[in-house]
Amino acid sequence: MSVPNLSIPPESAVGPAPPVALPAARRVRRGVALRGLLHTPSAVVGLAITAFWMLCAIFWPLFAPYSPDAQDFNALLAKPSLAHLFGTDQLGRDVLSRVLAGSREVLTLAPAATLLGLLGGTLVGLLTAYYGGWFDEIVMRVMDAIMAFPFIILGLLILAVMGPSTLNVILVIGFGYVPLTGRVVRAAALGVRDLDYISAARLRGASGLSIMLTEILPNITGPVIVEGTVRVGYAVFAVATLSFLGLGVPPPSPNWGAMINDTHIYIQVSPWIVLAPTLAIATLVVAINLVADGLRQAVRA
Amino acid sequence: MSSRSGALQEPPARQSTDPVLAVEGLTITYRGPQGRQSAVRDVSFALHPREAYGLVGESGCGKSTIALAIMRYLPANGRVAAGTICFDGRDLLGMPASELQRLRGNRIAMVYQDPGAALNPSMTVGDQVAEVFEAHKGCSRAQARAAAVQMFEHVRMPGAADVARRFPHQLSGGMQQRAIIAMALATNPSLLILDEPTTGLDATVEAAVLDLIVALRGEFNAAILLISHNMAVVSRLCERVGVLYAGEMVEQGATSELFASPRHPYTAGLLACVPRPGTRKDADPLIPIAGRMPRLGEEFAGCSFAPRCPLVREACRQEKPPLIAIEGERLARCFYWPEVAALHEAHLTRDRRPIATATNNRDDGTILSVQHAERHFGRPSHLIRAVNDVSFDTPRGHIFGLVGESGSGKSTIARCVAGLLGLTGGTITLDGRDISRPVEQRERADIKRVQMVFQSPEATLNPRQTVRQMLCRTVKALTDRRGTALRERVEELARLVHLDAGLLDSYPSGLSGGQRQRVAIARAFAGDPDVVLCDEPVSNLDVSVQATILNLLADLQQRKSVSYVFISHDLAVVRYLADQVGVMYLGELVEVGPVERIFAPPFHPYTETLFAAMPTLNAALPTVRAAGSMPSAAAIPPGCPFHTRCPRVLGEECATQRPPWQQTDGGHMYRCWIPPDRLATLQQGTWSAEPRKEA
Repeated sequence: MSVPNLSIPPESAVGPAPPVALPAARRVRRGVALRGLLHTPSAVVGLAITAFWMLCAIFWPLFAPYSPDAQDFNALLAKPSLAHLFGTDQLGRDVLSRVLAGSREVLTLAPAATLLGLLGGTLVGLLTAYYGGWFDEIVMRVMDAIMAFPFIILGLLILAVMGPSTLNVILVIGFGYVPLTGRVVRAAALGVRDLDYISAARLRGASGLSIMLTEILPNITGPVIVEGTVRVGYAVFAVATLSFLGLGVPPPSPNWGAMINDTHIYIQVSPWIVLAPTLAIATLVVAINLVADGLRQAVRA
Repeated sequence: MSSRSGALQEPPARQSTDPVLAVEGLTITYRGPQGRQSAVRDVSFALHPREAYGLVGESGCGKSTIALAIMRYLPANGRVAAGTICFDGRDLLGMPASELQRLRGNRIAMVYQDPGAALNPSMTVGDQVAEVFEAHKGCSRAQARAAAVQMFEHVRMPGAADVARRFPHQLSGGMQQRAIIAMALATNPSLLILDEPTTGLDATVEAAVLDLIVALRGEFNAAILLISHNMAVVSRLCERVGVLYAGEMVEQGATSELFASPRHPYTAGLLACVPRPGTRKDADPLIPIAGRMPRLGEEFAGCSFAPRCPLVREACRQEKPPLIAIEGERLARCFYWPEVAALHEAHLTRDRRPIATATNNRDDGTILSVQHAERHFGRPSHLIRAVNDVSFDTPRGHIFGLVGESGSGKSTIARCVAGLLGLTGGTITLDGRDISRPVEQRERADIKRVQMVFQSPEATLNPRQTVRQMLCRTVKALTDRRGTALRERVEELARLVHLDAGLLDSYPSGLSGGQRQRVAIARAFAGDPDVVLCDEPVSNLDVSVQATILNLLADLQQRKSVSYVFISHDLAVVRYLADQVGVMYLGELVEVGPVERIFAPPFHPYTETLFAAMPTLNAALPTVRAAGSMPSAAAIPPGCPFHTRCPRVLGEECATQRPPWQQTDGGHMYRCWIPPDRLATLQQGTWSAEPRKEA
């Protein structure tokens, strides 16, 4: 039943609450938004887990029980024990130490790649939204074409040609994210582009670049930050996937994706060596997404 | 009052009957960051059967909150803290939800401001009305459909059966509002709540909707509660009116008495804020109400109007005045109500400055000249002809008013002059220099000479920049001032627009609508412009704020001898402010001339309908209405574009050939097939029958 809300709607069908906003509640400054983040329980959990992995990435040499490369030939594929909390792998290396150490690579590559993608995407989004017309049409169709390729296949192709290296992994993931973030930034910028204060800036003779950077960009930071956070989560996954396929940073540096690839044949004998890096990836990705969700709500408020 | 007093012909038989709606001591609070704050305090009023009662007040006075409370639609953070609302003797607030729901469908109906949002976009309007009959009258599908078409005929919907098969987006705003009124009246309710029913509609459409409501009152039994910020709309429809201020009822009484002789200083102040017919900017500055509306939750020991009241005494600050019964049903919340009559009188008859002062030192050379301007949008297959062949000259130091309904192209032409849009034909010259280019291709010297003030106080300022940053940026871009000179110029601009220097470091979110418009005006004056385009600069402001901004604009224009192109849909404002006026319809100028010639016969039939639709408080205007609503600019009718709606259409030539410009005297001309003497005779008949009370 969809009688509009002029006369009859039952309590449940009123639709959105009538536009009676408390003036004081309407404007929430950014500082308040971040405080709002700390009031969302799921976001706090996410922040805590993310913070844990960030501390690991920086300080793992201080509390990793062994060197990640140290081999103990007396304990190959050892079960979890007090000496090796998560057991050892087929070469006798301590799995816990390797997982802790592996966080550094992921947490360097993923944010760096995201940052690159965000920069490129912001540039593309601002330019297409502000200039519009044919320029917008052509650039966005190119972006669509890039997105039409499955991301991993694209990454495989490029890395196969350029060869795996830290820089190349960052470039590939960053490049792959440009169309995605570009779309988000473009949509946000389109909502601002036609507002009167943009017209007022044009009437003082401001250049396109200055309008994009000083008038539009500061007003779309919310969506850009949320998009960036979401992308970091995906980037963690992408880094792990590329490593799993052997196209990540070359060995011997410990890394989660490669650990899974190296050990998955032992999954029936000693599942813990696969479980540990898998859990690490899962917790980090979920945690970052929780933070992103919280941020999205806080920014919207 | 006789010609338009459909509202008053129906003598409400209220002595013998109980009220339909009785609101007693209503207090409503909202939970905010600072705890519970009252939005409505101790409001009481009663609606008798078939009576129309108006609640009037500025934004934030609590009028919509009262309507929501009656429907029990308060948002989750709102609560009725005290008082009762009785409908037909039964307590609405204590009623179980199921019973309430039945009442809401059958006996109480509500019409909201935005008709587009109240209709379901995925159903035909006919089905939506039919649904009401099915749900509440137990009709069969076919019966309900037939009843819906009948309802549409009741609300004078042209082509009712056809309209019933259409979807909401295929109807104009006025027709959508008609459909909603049809739906609201379908169950013949006892109470009809109209919350700003015509706000956002064009003047001609608003007048037609009001005509309809007045006419329907004879056919239906509903008592009407009308909520509006517009005193003229309330006075058109209601027998009694209550004035709300800061959540309190400050005055109540019979409409005609209340607006003719207010008994509360706030009502008197509101009346003095609106330009009255016959007043002009140079002789009669508007009298704004000092100060600002109290914020939600701001409590006063004494009268809440005391900080802004011209009659305030010590007692007002100590003790809250009660609602004092004056005579009959007249109530006023003021200790000194007998003095208000004198205050009101003083507003009406205060000393007038001689009109000549400003006009003398004008240099009458043309500053801005628009010749055959044309702006089309879209592809050749779907061409939107927003502006066609518009030509006008603005003398230096004059105000050129542009009026017309939305979609008439007046904003487009302003944006072309400012350079925000390019022209697709014609030329614009400023002081003889060709500036018919977008602003990006203009020279810096030309850019600063043409500036613009925009409509929406929300969107005119960048929310991430302080006022100071914003003004600095503009002064820097438009002038060569740097360092101390720059800082001084910014402070000078703030003084120019009477903006408190303490606000320079605020962000826009910390400013009121009026303050934001002041900043926008300061920005436009930063480079000492020659022409300022004002695109509806006061339309989104409350009347008391509107008055201060209009005074400021009039004052700045004279002191800086700037020219304005002043766009407004509000004829009263244009008549008050403008020297020359152009009337636009469907992208064309249909009439141009000095202001005093535009608003009197002979005028173009379109101007005539606009003028007749003007909501007025104290003058009864004849009912000359344009039929229907404006066609799309993608399908402009051949011949005279107005012939499809014209009340004075001549014959075939109107529909086939473009009408010529008819010259009268004093630079006044209009585009019509009817020659001036004939038009004058025709219109004299209509316009002299009802002598207009002009001050």
